Amino acid sequence: MSDYVIPSGWEAVIGLEIHAQLATRSKIFSGASTAFGAEPNAQACAVDLGLPGVLPVLNEGAVRMASLFGLAIDAEISRVSSFDRKNYFYPDLPKGYQTTQLARPIVVGGQVTITTGEGKQAREHTINVTRAHLEEDAGKSLHEDFHGMTGIDLNRAGTPLIEIVSEPDMRSPEQAVAYARKIHAIVQYLGICDGNMQEGSFRVDANVSVRPEGETAFGTRAEIKNVNSFRFLQRAIEFEIERQVDLLETGGEVVQCTRLYDPDRDETRLMRTKEDADDYRYFPCPDLLPVVLDEATIESWRAELPELPDAKAGRYQSEYGLSAYDAGVLTASRATAEYFEAVIARDGADPKLAANWVMGEVAALLNRLELEINECPVPADKLADLLERIGDGTLSNKLGREVFEALAEEGGSVDAIIEARGLKQISDTGAIEAMVDEVIAANPGQVEAYRGGKDKLFGFFVGQVMKAAKGKANPQAVNDVLKRRLDGPDDPGVV
Amino acid sequence: MSTNDSFERGEAALINAPITQLKAWLADGSLDAGHLTGAFQRRIDSIDPMLNSLISRVEPVVPRSDGALAGIPYVHKDIFCAKSTRTTCGSRMLADWVAPYDSTVHERLTQSGAVLLGKANMDEFAMGSSNESSHFGAVANPWDSNAVPGGSSGGSAAAVAARLVPFATGTDTGGSIRQPAAFCGVTGIKPTYGRVSRYGMIAYASSFDQGGVIAKSAADCALVLGEMAGFDPKDSTSSDEAVPDYLAGLGASIKGLRVGVPTQWFSDALDSAVGDAVTAAIDELRAAGAETVEIDLPDADIALAAYYLLAPAEASSNLSRFDGVRFGYRCEDPKDLQDLYERSRSEGFGAEVKRRILVGTYALSAGYYDAFYRRAQMARRLVTDHFQRAFEQCDVIAGPVTPTPAFDRGAHSDDPAKMYLEDIFTIPVNLAGLPGMSVPAGFVDGRPVGLQLIGRHFDEARLLNVAHQYQQRVDWHTRIPPLGGDSSNY
Repeated sequence: MSDYVIPSGWEAVIGLEIHAQLATRSKIFSGASTAFGAEPNAQACAVDLGLPGVLPVLNEGAVRMASLFGLAIDAEISRVSSFDRKNYFYPDLPKGYQTTQLARPIVVGGQVTITTGEGKQAREHTINVTRAHLEEDAGKSLHEDFHGMTGIDLNRAGTPLIEIVSEPDMRSPEQAVAYARKIHAIVQYLGICDGNMQEGSFRVDANVSVRPEGETAFGTRAEIKNVNSFRFLQRAIEFEIERQVDLLETGGEVVQCTRLYDPDRDETRLMRTKEDADDYRYFPCPDLLPVVLDEATIESWRAELPELPDAKAGRYQSEYGLSAYDAGVLTASRATAEYFEAVIARDGADPKLAANWVMGEVAALLNRLELEINECPVPADKLADLLERIGDGTLSNKLGREVFEALAEEGGSVDAIIEARGLKQISDTGAIEAMVDEVIAANPGQVEAYRGGKDKLFGFFVGQVMKAAKGKANPQAVNDVLKRRLDGPDDPGVV
Repeated sequence: MSTNDSFERGEAALINAPITQLKAWLADGSLDAGHLTGAFQRRIDSIDPMLNSLISRVEPVVPRSDGALAGIPYVHKDIFCAKSTRTTCGSRMLADWVAPYDSTVHERLTQSGAVLLGKANMDEFAMGSSNESSHFGAVANPWDSNAVPGGSSGGSAAAVAARLVPFATGTDTGGSIRQPAAFCGVTGIKPTYGRVSRYGMIAYASSFDQGGVIAKSAADCALVLGEMAGFDPKDSTSSDEAVPDYLAGLGASIKGLRVGVPTQWFSDALDSAVGDAVTAAIDELRAAGAETVEIDLPDADIALAAYYLLAPAEASSNLSRFDGVRFGYRCEDPKDLQDLYERSRSEGFGAEVKRRILVGTYALSAGYYDAFYRRAQMARRLVTDHFQRAFEQCDVIAGPVTPTPAFDRGAHSDDPAKMYLEDIFTIPVNLAGLPGMSVPAGFVDGRPVGLQLIGRHFDEARLLNVAHQYQQRVDWHTRIPPLGGDSSNY
């Protein structure tokens, strides 16, 4: 987390508009595929091209997905919602209008809870959602590789989106990022969005304004468009707060505008001011009937809701005894929770041990390789094998890390790696006793000093035994035997 | 047209025969589908140069079908997409555009075995009441070459009137089937909104547009409409209401039928000779056993004003896709994107289309929406309510289609508001989404006059039967314009 602090005497007011592409197989108003990465214009049918005479037909899957989102955030699902046309000319907008929901959105209200800070600094905040509505995505204009001309790819045109509009309830970049992450987690838990920010499946616009502390009226806001990572969102909002505070502190004023965040230069740049904003001439779309939902349908969707991040985190604490922080980290993404749950699905698994490994070794490995958890080179069942061997004493934690590295680099089975590398921990008491006795016999001076009160020498004996065992002796067993031999009666035969 | 001997049967017999008769001849083998098609093609060759009713000819393909229209030739209004045919919508914007897909109407007619011979002239993007706004030139009224054929389905009405085809498709947004049918002396039906799929029918004003049929008689309309109508999963606004057998419903007596007559429509605004013809037609219905009741439809002028805000508003959005980027007309050497948009649209659209785009854009603009668009929607609701109340007193409404017979070409060229008044009796029906028909009801100074019949939602079967019963008693619909060629009835 950033340690950014808002300039003193000022308060930031932030609201987010999030566009999440819905994971339907076909588009919102046509039967064309929504899969990413096809040849340009290979997935644009007559309807997507806006050919003369074509008509839209609403994909009911998109309605279901938008409703699931509404149910997940405790929003009201509109019994009647409807579509409007937002008219403007742009080459990648084939019909010259976007079909969206202005007057009657499908999702109204709702809220999510976010946590910022850790431990004693942890604070919960409720962020209210104003609305979420269905709309169609536009195509893409490609300005490179066309020698001064513009290429149009309409594969994305007509991909279903929900636009999730928050209230201006956030007061720091950290809160804004936590909110965006929470929405990101929810849509992925619901399986309604793949959440891929690089491919544009999940896009965030931030409305940012500042006001003197204690002021209740909002300042003039700037909208930052299309931020495509959580880190950039943090940076873009930080930059924008600083820019606006600087302006106001030097006697200037903030002009309502739309800005673009440039990650290379770490700054927001002016796109357009309110004066040259379009008049979108919204009006009800005459080609689509209102979407009417009955109670039974909505209830059947409610029954489909999976366990959501907050509920899951609560269960991890109560059922597995994890800390709130650990439970929060493990449930922050659906993929992480699924990985963790696959690891502890093994009989006799220790959830705390698993949590430490997932948040420790696994996270470090992914970080190093820049991979997502669903691409982890050590799959969950392999980690479960490994933790089983730690649990039954075959491996120490330290040896376990060695096996984990081997799994990450070469794959293979846990037992085969243990066998091949001779990593099996020595837990056999007889063998350890023999080594301990040798060490005691070989170091009479140290034994005498230890027994004379030099407790610190205990570590020396552990080290000597481990050396003799080439590091493979079970540390707990070594401790136990050493304690008995050194602290107990002289005669080993008595034991 | 006197003989039953197929080998002696002349062209006049073919071109004047009801579709059911043609079907009978085709079925008993006395008529060959190729011969039938050829006869109409020759008729088009000789007559259409005088009319300009067609924009394109289509090489006929007789579909393999034993459907209800197997072998029957027709033309589409050039607003219906038919795969691989040029589909212009009467505009320079689409002058070279070849449709890559079939409209649902075309698909259904093809399945029924109908044979497409061409694409009919029309007002540009269906905006007009005289067919004078077509990029492909005006169409002559077959009854009088100085008169307009009406619009926007002017080419369809003229082609059927001149017996170039047994039937033609049309579309009606504010009267575009009924008014040209009235002006050309043919029978036309605009069904209930949602009865015929709009998929592949180029949109003008989506909440009004409705496809329908123009033919020689109510019986022919019944046959063709039955093939076109029905739910289409590709059109969300199409209705899943069952389609009755319209043809089978044509025998019923209209004794006791309550015919509503809107007294306000018979005012000074109505040409008195047209009024007389319509009154005579209503008398004929009474003679057939119907009762007449006076009804109150006070708001034709409000309807007109509302229509000329709402339809342009929808059109301004529907026509945004014609931007020179993906299809249609593109200006030469655009210097940047703005220039591409401005010149492609300025050069590609004609004056009337531009006028309506401007009006519609204005009506939807911030600060004007409430004063114009929203109030017009309220007026639309009011008009619909008044019809609903009227239908508590009557089963069908009968009145004029237009205030005057076909006017001269150029008569309204300088005064769009006057042109818009031509639609005053047809537009209220579109606002309410009701079915309406135009039935030939006489002549004034050699130009045809139409009787309008309006029904309740999805009451096409009753409308068609009323029109059919009327046509059993009169012969206006069998009159043929004096065009020459091998037709002997004048």
